[in-house]
Amino acid sequence: MALKDIIGRTYSAWMSTNAPHTDVALSSRIRLARNLGDIPFPWYASSPDLAKVAGEVEKAVREVQGLGGLEIARLSEASVLERQILAEKHLISPQHAKEGENRLAIIAADESISVMVNEEDHLRIQTLLPGLQLTEAYELADNIDDLFETKLNYAFDERIGYITACPTNVGTGLRASIMVHLPALAIAGQAKTVLSTVSNLGIAVRGLYGEGTEASGNMFQLSNQVSLGRSEHELIDNLCAVTMQIIEQERATRKKLLYEMRMKLEDRVQRAYGILRHARLITSQEALRLLSDVKLGVEMRLISEVCGETLNELMVITQPAYLQKLAGEELNPTQRDIRRAELIRERLSAK
Amino acid sequence: MLCDECKKRPANVHITKMINGVKSESHLCDECAREKGELTLISDMSESKFSFPHLLSGLLQTTPGIEFPMSVPVHKVGACSNCGLAFSTFASKGFLGCSRCYTEFQSRLDPLMRRIHGNCKHTGKVPKRVGGAQGLIREIEKLRRDLARLVSEEKYEEAAQVRDKIRDLEKGLAGGA
Repeated sequence: MALKDIIGRTYSAWMSTNAPHTDVALSSRIRLARNLGDIPFPWYASSPDLAKVAGEVEKAVREVQGLGGLEIARLSEASVLERQILAEKHLISPQHAKEGENRLAIIAADESISVMVNEEDHLRIQTLLPGLQLTEAYELADNIDDLFETKLNYAFDERIGYITACPTNVGTGLRASIMVHLPALAIAGQAKTVLSTVSNLGIAVRGLYGEGTEASGNMFQLSNQVSLGRSEHELIDNLCAVTMQIIEQERATRKKLLYEMRMKLEDRVQRAYGILRHARLITSQEALRLLSDVKLGVEMRLISEVCGETLNELMVITQPAYLQKLAGEELNPTQRDIRRAELIRERLSAK
Repeated sequence: MLCDECKKRPANVHITKMINGVKSESHLCDECAREKGELTLISDMSESKFSFPHLLSGLLQTTPGIEFPMSVPVHKVGACSNCGLAFSTFASKGFLGCSRCYTEFQSRLDPLMRRIHGNCKHTGKVPKRVGGAQGLIREIEKLRRDLARLVSEEKYEEAAQVRDKIRDLEKGLAGGA
């Protein structure tokens, strides 16, 4: 599968709703940060150094059995728009999308695995699965890591573990994260309290697109804060345990809302659905907010005409870069709002 | 109408400002408007202003054990012999230069890492190449987890095999150490 196929396709494996706890947990992600010994980290490396890293990683993908199925995309050969789409699909970070030369994105056909080369660290192995499947996602990443390790000389220290550009990632190099959708807690005005409580338990809370982004559409990313001093399994178990508590809270609040203010809730989700089906101009923020309401409606069986996967897909394909690709030209914000509204209407009316 | 700034693209952002009663108008394209920060309401995926590097210099100054006055000239504080990164650059950027920096700056990094992670001892995965006793201990830990899972799934035959493997590894560990 070539890069253009990955970019052209709107459905990714993580959008599936056929996984554990997808009513609240959208997706589970693992990231392992790895570096090659003695070569300066990407931000400090010369162009030949970066090329050397990219070359070695490419070679490993070609030579190691088990990595061969991955598609290597050289970001320098991708257009700015294509790189943005990769970021909107969560395959690379927004930062990685900005750079081009000697930057690679190595991607599995079903998009469950993506490896960023020369982002903040030389390698960032990422896996993404639907629902709450952190252990499975870790096993997948662990396996890819083992395969790379047969060819690459990782920087590793017996005492402090895997070496990373930033001391916050040293040790396991692991960031495990779960994307949760908490509309009921948000309606009840409890999302902030719940989320600030978990930060006392070694869990960080972020927005939809990772570090430094705002929470939109009631989507929050929960991840481990520390990476050193605990094993991968301890970190993952802790995150899963805390997430399960949040999932239970969200479910309990949904039930409570349904019991105490059913008509108000039905009105809210149906209004959102109505706007999405008929609006002619819609910003991405408004779209995310309304999609969140409709998603709540679908999960609580108040809306039966839409499936959860369509909503997950819409969250990605209504982003600016994808819309422009679809249109085949650059669009200004107003034109994007028109296209976005069209696309949403089209998807929601198709059965 | 063309954009006032680049004079190339059509202007589609029209801004009227009233500052102390003086009215000014500008007509910009989306791109120039964004560059000039005129469209701060547009939410993009911009980096956080409160990121790790911004916190780091403050943290370094208040972490006990790091005696590092920020005003000391770079050559006196030292630089990494492999990549040449000065410690002061790390303090302002938040990133080390290469894997060797961690050993070269160890005495100054350790207190910081304790502050970040509450700990300075890696207990997770070890590359097979490093292996040794540490790798063996991890391998045994992993097998123990497998064993517990197999028992809970009532797969006793497989569990017995895993148990024997653990015994063999433990013998190896005792013999090697």
